[in-house]
Order: sequence, then structure tokens, then C-alpha cells
Amino acid sequence: MSKRKILMSFAAMCMLSTAAVAEGPKAGGVVNAVIQPEPPSLMVGLVQNGPTQMVAGNIYEGLLRYSPKLDPLPGLAESWSISEDAKVYTFKLVKGVTWHDGKPFTSADVLFSIEFLKQTHARARGNLVQLDKVEAPDDSTVVFTLKQPFGPFIGIFEVGSLPMIPKHIYEGTDFKTNPANNTPVGTGPFMFREWQKGSFIRLVKNPNYHVKGKPNIDEIYWHVIPDAAARSVAYETGKVDVLPGGSVENFDVPRLSKLKNTCVTGTGWEFFSPHSWLWLNNRSGPTANKKFRQALMFAIDRNMAKDVVWNGLGKIATGPSGSAIKYYTSAVPKYDYDPAKAKALLKEAGYKGEKVRMLPLPYGETWQRWAEMVRQNLQDVGINVEMIATDVPGWNQKVSEWDYDIAFTYLYQYGDPALGVGRNYVSSQIAKGSPFNNVEGYSNPEIDKLFADGAVAFPDKAREEIYAKAQKILVEDVPVAWMLELQFPTITRCSVKNLITTGIGVNDGFRDAWIEK
Amino acid sequence: MISFIAQRIAKAIVVLLALVVMNFFLIRMAPGDPAVVMAGEAGAGDQLFIAQLREKFGLDQPLPVQLFLYVKGILSLDLGFSFRQQMPVSKLILDRLPATLLLTGTAFAISLAFGILFGALAARFAGTWADTAITVAALIFYATPLFWVALMAILLFSVTMDWLPSFGYETVGAGYTGLAHVLDVAAHLILPATTIGLFFMATYARMTRASMLEVSRLDFVKTARAKGLSDAVIQRRHVLRNALLPVVTLAGLQAGTLVGGAVLTETVFAWPGIGRLMYEALLQRDYNLLLGVFVVCSAMVLAFNLITDLVYRSVDPRIEFAA
Repeated sequence: MSKRKILMSFAAMCMLSTAAVAEGPKAGGVVNAVIQPEPPSLMVGLVQNGPTQMVAGNIYEGLLRYSPKLDPLPGLAESWSISEDAKVYTFKLVKGVTWHDGKPFTSADVLFSIEFLKQTHARARGNLVQLDKVEAPDDSTVVFTLKQPFGPFIGIFEVGSLPMIPKHIYEGTDFKTNPANNTPVGTGPFMFREWQKGSFIRLVKNPNYHVKGKPNIDEIYWHVIPDAAARSVAYETGKVDVLPGGSVENFDVPRLSKLKNTCVTGTGWEFFSPHSWLWLNNRSGPTANKKFRQALMFAIDRNMAKDVVWNGLGKIATGPSGSAIKYYTSAVPKYDYDPAKAKALLKEAGYKGEKVRMLPLPYGETWQRWAEMVRQNLQDVGINVEMIATDVPGWNQKVSEWDYDIAFTYLYQYGDPALGVGRNYVSSQIAKGSPFNNVEGYSNPEIDKLFADGAVAFPDKAREEIYAKAQKILVEDVPVAWMLELQFPTITRCSVKNLITTGIGVNDGFRDAWIEK
Repeated sequence: MISFIAQRIAKAIVVLLALVVMNFFLIRMAPGDPAVVMAGEAGAGDQLFIAQLREKFGLDQPLPVQLFLYVKGILSLDLGFSFRQQMPVSKLILDRLPATLLLTGTAFAISLAFGILFGALAARFAGTWADTAITVAALIFYATPLFWVALMAILLFSVTMDWLPSFGYETVGAGYTGLAHVLDVAAHLILPATTIGLFFMATYARMTRASMLEVSRLDFVKTARAKGLSDAVIQRRHVLRNALLPVVTLAGLQAGTLVGGAVLTETVFAWPGIGRLMYEALLQRDYNLLLGVFVVCSAMVLAFNLITDLVYRSVDPRIEFAA
């Protein structure tokens, strides 16, 4: 795309609300949803774990939202334009927006939020690395100037990645100990009201919300129910109406789906595209050998895992990029289930039955069963697997200290290879002590260069070529063993309408949702 | 008696401090630290982020310094700060303690009352069908895992019959006050309290039965019978009273675990108590919070040991106080 024009995105908005137009949203009602695990805090500028983002997406807002196709939609910014050289981004803010405490939201808050998040938000820090300066010519205009074109930049403004933080509350304070962290104040459709730790979080409708006529729902209760079976029962007995993706074990999904008045959807994960793989230790042991790694890909029956462990949900991953994110290509070497080929490759690799330590992901029974299945697959072709049991902190430590041979994981991709894919393969991301970088220790100068170029290449066509090449090389090298593009189904009563409208699903809040009575 | 209590309290404080130091090192021996856990939940974290968290948690200090600061805090009755939850540990614990005490206290009362009753009945009718029924039931409830009993109870009473709520402490959002609120909480209490109660009831029943059968063979019971006392009086005054000492010992030990002992039940029933708080603190390596719960639990155990000793004395006046 050589030229981008101002996008008012009305078309996209209309498209999203067609369902609502057909039946007419009704005002009022209470939604009971499950939140698991209990978030440590709702201040999404300081804490970014999954449950925090899910609840806080109702309280805070970002400048933009994203459609299921990851096209930008208006949020706190009503329009935006990108300069011809792709270096200057100008945002026009919605006028008349107020914080929950009544103070006006202005461009000064945007500038402050950028400074705030650079200090506290690891992912925002990375996303803003190409930012040269940000200015506010007037109260409702913000201008971002980049050092060089940065393709993914238009994709970093969603509420979890770049939430707007109230300047009047945080300026000049110690952000981390500010008492306001316990009573979050945002601009979103719902306001924080009450949090009984261990029981529930209660949000109420923001009567002054800047989108006329929204939200429709009066109150949301997020229930904290720590046991997965108890969460299913809470839905079955009618105590909760919404089970966001991942709140029940996968094997309960088919049973719950069959209940009366129950709707299930797998959409709303396009932006995150959780991608699962096995981290293979590229430094030492049998997994350091490329042939051995390729053998693993042939040895593992991913179709069966998808059907049996994940009840047919999800999609076989073909490489480093998920199929929902930008510049994905399927033109890469294929690894279909073929134990004979795996055995031949093991022989070529000179594998003599050395022990291989495998770490399952300690996130519940689904993951445990998956690990057992993979162990079976590997044993079938003669690999000597030792399963290591850990809890979550132990897993984090072992992985971040590279003390494993094969480790299960999944990571979010954030819509663009420069944001959520490259970090796992470039050698500058090799650093002990963190479980979200290039843990496997893969180092290839060619790949380093491709990802470095891809992030700043211009126009988009150039990026596409670069990432196609990178995907091909990676799939040939198998630095990690890609498993599935995961799908976490959201289960709701069918009377809860219009809940998921964007690419971040439930995390985008309940602003458009309504209840049929 | 005053000096006995004073001496015991002094000893308890020393034991408590030793426990604090031991727990401090035990927790840190577990792999993983809170900074990495929090970074992990965030799904991203560069070196700076983790370093910032470590500094915030005080984990960048040498271990002896951390220990010194912690013990110093404990001595001034300060349990520290949970950085993860952004709240003082003492507040977190005090918020959750009442729910746990209500749950385990009710379970304790139920199990003790019915346990002794059924145990006494079984002993009185030893060898009959009533004895067999009680003994078998006790054995089943003793041997069945608590979480399974809990899930079955939910399946039966919540899902199938829809009589009782399956989770939580109260009906969220109902806004009940006064008697309606009490009844609401009571309805939520029945399933979890009975689940825990059944297990302990079984142990008390078996202990009471065995102890009564043993006592009823002793000479003073024969004497009482020879005096022509009625059977009911003999069972109640002579046999049961003497047979209760071991039951008191057991109850005293179990009372000490009331605070921390309900982890599974609280999890299954989403009961907002301290057992869950402790379990979550462990999974998140929230050191200060976990240590805080340990300190409170240990203090409870020590307190109940003291109370048990005092109860001994009133049950059996022959026992004298000696520290």
C-alpha cells in the first residue's frame, strides 16, 4: 500500500453492529462472568496478565480497537492518518471524553500514558522502540513521529498494549504504590465498583460513556472460582452466563456446548493468536541436532492431539506465524505425521537413546494429557523421554534458565510478526532469566537480518516478501516444534448478544453486548 | 495456673520465631521467584521488567538481609507487604480469616458433636447392626478423598436437585441484609462444612467407640454396675467421660489445623478463605503472604495446644499443670 488515507472506519463499525441493528439492543441487565485466576490488580498499565486484561478492558481504553481481521477501528481516537513516508501518525481524539472521576480526557493524557508505559509495560517498551517523539498540538490531536517506518506501529494501540492512563491521578507519584491502583479509573464503558478478594469483582455502567447509548448492560460481576469443575457447574446451574476462553477444561466444552440456550464461539482471539510449540534446546543434547529436531516434527501426531486432547478445536501450526496474523504463508516445508521418516532421521542424526527431559506446561489437565500423548509418540520412534513435573514458578525457572530439552509453551503473536513472532527466533533475544524470549537459543544471522529488516521495511509488499523468506528458513531449521494454533472457545448463554465484536474478544470489554430478555 | 500459661506463651514465642526462620528458608528453596511468575503471567517481560520486580520484592538483597528485615518486621507484629496484591499481608489475611473460621469452626462443631454421639452409640450397641452401620459409614468417609466427596455433593445437591448453591460465600449481588443474609450464608455453608465435617466425624466416631469399649471393661465400671446404677448413667458419667480424653487430644490437634486445613474444600467450593489464599500465594511464590499465613497458622496451632491442655484439666481433674 503506497498511500494511506484518513480512515473514518464507519463501514467497519456498521459491519460489526449489523446483528444489533437487526434485533435492536435492549438496555439493562446483569452479566455474571467467570474470571480465572483472580487478577492481582486491575491497573492494566502496571500488570498485564491475562485476567487483568480481561476485566480491565471494560475500565480502560486504548486509542484504537481492531476488527477480527485486525484492521484498526476507532477507540479513543475517532480518526487517524499516516504520512506518505509512513513516519508520522496523526490521531484525532474523540471530543468530550471524561475519566470516571469526571475529569476530561485530553491529548496530555496520551503523552503521559506513553511515558508511564515506557517505564512499566515491557511489551509497550518494545513496541515504542522506533518512536522518535510524540507531540500534542492541541487538546484533541496527538502526533507520533517515528525514527523510521515501522510496519506494525498501527497495530499497537489496543487497550492491553497501550492503555490510556489518567495523568491527573498518576503524575508525580510513585506509580507502583499509588493508592489509586486499587480503585482503577479509566474512560471505559464500565466503572470499577467493588472487589471482594477471593469472591468477585463488580463493575457498573458508566453513565457518561462517550459512545451514545452504550453500554447496554448495567452491571458485570466477575466471579472468582478456582476449580475448573466448579466453574462448569456454576455455568450449568445458571449462576454464571459467560465462560471466557480457557475457563473450563477443554474436555468439558462438548458437554457444555450441548446444554440448552448455550452458544459457543472460537472467535475473538485473532489479535493474540495463541501459538503453541515445544521449545527445543538448540544448545546441547540431542535436540541441538537439526535432524533430531526434524525427526520430532515427523514423530508427533498433531492431528490426533488436536482431535483427542483439544476436541478438534484449533488448527495445526505450519510454522512460526499463525494463519490469522499478517504475512502468514503456507508455502513452507511440510511435516506430516510419519514415524518411519522420523526413525530414519534419528538414525542419520546418530541418536543413541540419550535421555531427553520434557517439561509439560503446568496449566491443567488438558496440557498434562497432551504431554503424555507426545511422550507416547516420541517413545514410539525410540526416543528416551523423561517427563519432569513442576508447578508454574518451577516451570518458569527451568525454562528461563534453559534447564530442559523439550518444553511445552504457547505465546501470543499480537497480529504482526514483528511484535509476537520475531522475539522467539532472533539472537539478540537470547538472555537467561526470562521465559518469553529466544529460550531455545536459536541463532542464525540470516534470520536476525530478515526480522530486523522486516520490522522497518516499507511498503507492506516488501515486508511480505521478507517474512515469507524467514518463515521458509525457520520451518526448514525447526528451532522449535510448532504444534497448534490454539482456540479457546467462549461459552455463553445465547441471550447474551453481541459480546465478541473485535479481534481481542472478551478483553475488549462488554461495551457492545446486550441481554435479550 | 497463671504461671503455667505465661510459661507456655513464652515457649510458644520462641517456637514461633524458629518456625518463621525455618519457613523463610523452606520457601526460598523452592525453584522460581515471584518476579518471574509475574512476568510469566504478563506473557512478556524483558530483563528490565524482571529486574524492576525483583527490586520491588526486595529480592535483590542478600538472603541474610532479607531474613533480618523479615524477622524484624515480625517482632514488631508487621507481617510485611504483598507486592503482588499491593496490600499489607495482615489486611489480606484478616479479610479472609473470618470466612475460614466460620467454615472450619462449623465443620469442627458438627464433626465433634456427631462424631462423639455416633461413637457412643456404636459402643453402646457394640456388635449389633447399628454398630456395623456406623463403623462402615465412618470407614467410607474416612477413606474417601475430600474433593471427591465435595464434587459428588455438588452434583447431587446443586446440579441434580438444585437445593443448595454450589459455590461462593453468599449470593453475589442479591444485597441481602439481616436474617436473609444469615440464611443465605448458611445455605452456602452447608455443603463445604459437611464435606470437611464428615471426614473428621469419622475419626472421632471411631476413636470414641474404641475408647469407650476399653473403659467399659475397667474395674470402676464394674463397681458402678454393682452399686446398681442405671446403664444410661454408667455410660454417660463413668464410661464416656473417661473415654473422652483421647478424643480431646485428637480434637486439639485438629483444631490447630482448622486455619490451613481447608485448602481443597475452599478451592472446590470457591470459598473465599485463607486456605486458598495460602495455596495461591504458594503458586505465585508470594513469599511475604505465604509466610504470613504460615505465621498465623503456627500461632493458631500453638494456641490450640495450650487450650487443649486446659481442657484436659477440666475433663480429668487428676491431671496437673506443669509447663
